[in-house]
Amino acid sequence: MAATDKIGAVMVVGGGISGLQSALDLADSGFKVYLVEKQPSIGGTMAQLDKTFPTNDCAMCIMAPKLVSTGRHHNITLVTNAEIMAVDGQAGDFKVTVKQRALRVDASKCTGCGSCAQKCPIETSDEYNENTKIRKAIYVRYPQAVPLVYSIDHDKCIGCGICAEECKAGAVVYDQKESTSEIQVGSIILSPGFDEFDARLKGEYGYGVYKNVVTSIEFERMLSATGPYFGTVMRPSDGDIPEKIAFIQCVGSRDEQVGNAYCSGVCCMYSIKEAIIAKEHGGDIQPKIFFMDMRAFGKEFDEYYNRAQNEYGIEFVRSRVASVFENPETKNLVVKYVEKGEPKEEEFGLVVLAVGLRPPEDAVALSKVIGFELNADGFCQTTVLDPVNSSKQGVFVSGAFSSPKDIPMTVAEASGAAAKAATEIASARDSLVTKKEYPEELDISGKEPRIGVFVCHCGINIGGVVKVPSVAEYARTLPNVAYAEENLYTCSQDTQEKIKEMIKEHDLNRVVVASCTPRTHEPLFQNTIKEAGLNSYLFEMANIRDQCSWIHMHEAEAATKKAKDLVRMAVAKSRLLEPLENLMIDVNQKALVVGGGATGMAAALELAKQGVKVNLVEKEKELGGNLRKLHYLPSGEDPEEFADSLAKEVASNPNITVHIGKGVKDIEGYVGNFKTTLDSGETFEHGTVILAVGAQEYKPEGEYLYGKNPNVLTLLEFKEKLKKGEVKGDSYVFIQCVGSREEGHPNCSRVCCTGTMTAAIKIKEKNPDAKVYVLYRDIRTYGFREEYYKAAAEKGVTFVRFEDDVKPKVEETGGKVQVTVTDEDTGKEVVMTPDYLVLASGTRPYTESEALAPMLKVPMTKEGFFLEAHMKLRPVDFATEGVYLAGLAHGPKFLDESIGQGLAAVARAMTILSKKTLEAEGIVASVDETLCDGCGICVPTCEYKALEIIVDKKDETKKSLDLNIGLCKGCGACVGACPSGALTQKGFRDEQIVAMIDAALEDDVEKQEVRQ
Amino acid sequence: MTEKKHHTAHHGKKKGEADKEWEPKIVGFLCNWCSYAGADLCGVSRFQYPTNIRLVRVMCSTRVSPHLVLEVFEAGADGILIGGCHLNDCHYMTGNFHTEKRVNLMKKLLREAGIDEGRLRLEWVSASEGEKFSKVVTEFTEEIQKLGQSKVHADDMVKAKVAAADDASETFRLKALVGKEFNLLDKGNAYGDKLDPEKFRGIIDAATEDEFERALILELARIRPMSVKQLGMVMDTPTDRILRHIVLLRQNSKIAMEHPEGFTPVYKTVAIGGEQ
Repeated sequence: MAATDKIGAVMVVGGGISGLQSALDLADSGFKVYLVEKQPSIGGTMAQLDKTFPTNDCAMCIMAPKLVSTGRHHNITLVTNAEIMAVDGQAGDFKVTVKQRALRVDASKCTGCGSCAQKCPIETSDEYNENTKIRKAIYVRYPQAVPLVYSIDHDKCIGCGICAEECKAGAVVYDQKESTSEIQVGSIILSPGFDEFDARLKGEYGYGVYKNVVTSIEFERMLSATGPYFGTVMRPSDGDIPEKIAFIQCVGSRDEQVGNAYCSGVCCMYSIKEAIIAKEHGGDIQPKIFFMDMRAFGKEFDEYYNRAQNEYGIEFVRSRVASVFENPETKNLVVKYVEKGEPKEEEFGLVVLAVGLRPPEDAVALSKVIGFELNADGFCQTTVLDPVNSSKQGVFVSGAFSSPKDIPMTVAEASGAAAKAATEIASARDSLVTKKEYPEELDISGKEPRIGVFVCHCGINIGGVVKVPSVAEYARTLPNVAYAEENLYTCSQDTQEKIKEMIKEHDLNRVVVASCTPRTHEPLFQNTIKEAGLNSYLFEMANIRDQCSWIHMHEAEAATKKAKDLVRMAVAKSRLLEPLENLMIDVNQKALVVGGGATGMAAALELAKQGVKVNLVEKEKELGGNLRKLHYLPSGEDPEEFADSLAKEVASNPNITVHIGKGVKDIEGYVGNFKTTLDSGETFEHGTVILAVGAQEYKPEGEYLYGKNPNVLTLLEFKEKLKKGEVKGDSYVFIQCVGSREEGHPNCSRVCCTGTMTAAIKIKEKNPDAKVYVLYRDIRTYGFREEYYKAAAEKGVTFVRFEDDVKPKVEETGGKVQVTVTDEDTGKEVVMTPDYLVLASGTRPYTESEALAPMLKVPMTKEGFFLEAHMKLRPVDFATEGVYLAGLAHGPKFLDESIGQGLAAVARAMTILSKKTLEAEGIVASVDETLCDGCGICVPTCEYKALEIIVDKKDETKKSLDLNIGLCKGCGACVGACPSGALTQKGFRDEQIVAMIDAALEDDVEKQEVRQ
Repeated sequence: MTEKKHHTAHHGKKKGEADKEWEPKIVGFLCNWCSYAGADLCGVSRFQYPTNIRLVRVMCSTRVSPHLVLEVFEAGADGILIGGCHLNDCHYMTGNFHTEKRVNLMKKLLREAGIDEGRLRLEWVSASEGEKFSKVVTEFTEEIQKLGQSKVHADDMVKAKVAAADDASETFRLKALVGKEFNLLDKGNAYGDKLDPEKFRGIIDAATEDEFERALILELARIRPMSVKQLGMVMDTPTDRILRHIVLLRQNSKIAMEHPEGFTPVYKTVAIGGEQ
């Protein structure tokens, strides 16, 4: 390591999905991470959500693996129940004083078993469930909480002493004091998230007064299977299932009366989602959504919106609700609103308020302590060109703290902030991370299995139901079991030492632990046996708590029999376990970036600043991409100037080789080992690929006289003329959604509304008397972009809404363009003869993208954008490892969002490029070449493209299967597809599974039952 | 087809066992990421369910091949539950779509083998559906109680049929059809057409019937030589259909004609060999 005065550690403030992503990216690329969270457990808001749009993924299902990885990552230290008290020093070397409030539970002793909470006599309302449920005074925030450590709510605790008596681990410490520590880090990432708008401030909707008016986040808990009503939607007043539900949008957003002029960006979508899920939970529920503009601007969001209307029959009413009144008898709610000028009212069983996003309560305190600026709305100040930088050097920001945003944008920014934080301290990479040393692995080949079985009481969680001593005794009678014992807590530190001793003493070569779930505890025990020299795959677990004692609490005998069965099954499998090798793959630590627009240049520069050699390929003759076509940014910066400065920086960076005017002819290989050939014939090797190939403005040939009348222009063409001063005229008409949100192109192009505002404001600035009309369907100036909509309106721009299926008519009369539109609001026809007709036309992918997809084995959407690995949590990854996407190639988006994704792709790529070798999974498929006849049926079942049929060069009839272990994720899909029995899954071989089944179905337990 | 290994140790009935009250034996395969987590949450939330089920964790529900399921039935299980992530939630993206297709095949094979298809249940259980998991297990256990004890160990014909279903599930033809089903229906075939799911189902069903009957013929004729008529009677299948199968099995040298006694040839399964 080069000598450096930088600290190779990062503090991430806030442990929601944003903080988790930043922490994991950094910890996986050679930095120590301190994740500071004010709650006793991480997870943030996403952990409270039931499902997520637009895929309706179960939030906990997709988040839990990230929670667990964060909790057990050896380079991440969780600092929970904590707040930042002071920050000294400067970028590269901060000293942060952190105060940890007392949990009153010793985290090192608490096993998370929960028997304390079972007995605690104090009930209080449960914040995780938005107070719709009850928790105890000693509690965890939610069942899957990480870290799984209980804590005492000091405000509620009466100090009765029952929990301490109940805790067999002796973890309760009533007199535990808060502690303060100083932590040294090089960079800081702020991801404290947001607070919900307090709906009480909108008194006219009756929240807090009427029982059946709930907020969207409360409703989210009501929809959840882990919520108060187990997923059945009920009215809080009487438990009835509401027949009709009203969703009221923009509660605390786009509302200057409450001081929040901005749009919260996510509420339209989450309300559609909640309406769909409510409908799915109870088919007869009729949801109705009251909204102003439907802001379904994200990737495939409009399709979701369309499905909500057409498939689910959800009703949408374009109106701002005036007020809500309760019928005191029925507790139903009367919603009063005005639709198309007509006052109306309608009764509902339940009203859900789509509460907006506010800066977190502690934003001001944080900004003062750390020394960064907040914007006028109280969020962290950022700029379009530096979207993840705070105003203070070395302090970065991601997620809703810089502006309201959805999960995919948050996750991308979180990776982007990680990239920036890493660049700041790149010279200190690997300086503070620990690499665990293990003793040399014992060779067990040819040895009879000698199995050690450790049966856990888990305090009274298992022992209170299952007769643990008899299970341990029974285990001793099983073939190959050389040793068995019972433990009060098998997971405790002293038991780990005991396990290691017993491995030595009894020459054990397999270990079985009968306790809780492998999902949380397998890594701990695997690590223990590894420390004793055993291969970590020589371990098996029997889940006799979560899946036995806890679900058969009143059937001690049957539960004991089952526990024995489970142990017998685990022992049967363990007999057949074999050491597995985690294959090491060499990594070429160079990068390829395809596309030299803002996204590609930002990515290339960030990689280069972290010391990575980059090949940047651009098909045009000049770097800059769409930056050179935008001409104006709403925030005032000059995009052309920005392009020039980036291009200059790229050209002068010695780590970047630019290939201008060249295309990619071929890319072959896999993660860590790619080889690229350009159409010029040049070749180079690299370890990762970032696709930032951009997209283009749609040319609406044949629509609205485009191409026929010289004064009909696309938005970008018009801006170019405007910039050059070639626009002369007094009246302008803009038509929105040209080539977007229609058949064949069902989705929103996201940027056109704001782009229109920018142009309209420019016209008005130059000529205040100009008449400017914007014909639109929904104005989608989400987030802080709402301010441009407001500014345009204030400057006198006229907005006319037309019905989705009644497009404006454009004709030519005497050389002049004539536009006729039916104003949806008044129903009247309006005729205009503007000097310019500007078409806000959509964003379309480049057709060249199609050629790249098969080379890299990556998928595309039906519209021709690249399709990421997971729309919610892996926004810049592909399923194919080592390949990333960013910017417009992923879908339409703004410059700051593109740059954010470009940086995100860097952080993701660095998790590979920072290593000389990659460790592959141990549980992978394996192929027996003598049985494989190369039929290829398995190939399409592999989502990760790890399988390929190779045709013999000499004999074309001879085919064989090439299995790339480096890409295999170990799901086993191919194994079930293989007709010849050639494919098996290591760790889950047929023999191993069948041995468990045979053991499960054995009937002779009683015979071996030991008398108590 | 090559002689298949059966890993199962078939446990004979022990004396006095019949006197004991029968308790259903149920095996559950749960995917690591959603269903197993849901089962854990069920425990964390203390939702109770009957003790009969024995759970086996797999990484993805797609790992549960028809062969595994049939082998578990052969080993005497009364019911099998497969739990996976909800569609589109799969940790491996599309694993559960493959599971769904394979379960269709398993059910069809069970019908062929005369095993009530209700003995096999596929459920999507998410990591937050602890209560659902307890409901599923409770319901399924009741269902199996109603269906009664599996006859696999009591009735040689049932046993032979399940073994035949197992063999059929391992044939290239069924593996190929089911293996490609998801892609052919979802992404289109070699001609760029999307096949009609109904029609494709029909193709798979017909192939399943064929392969099952062929496997059963081999299973039965392995024990002793059988004539077409005998096979037709035992299998309750038209003799012309049996004969067509025999013609094909002979072509593939899987069955051989023994010297005919009188006018009725008998056939015996070729012990080793097949397509090499």
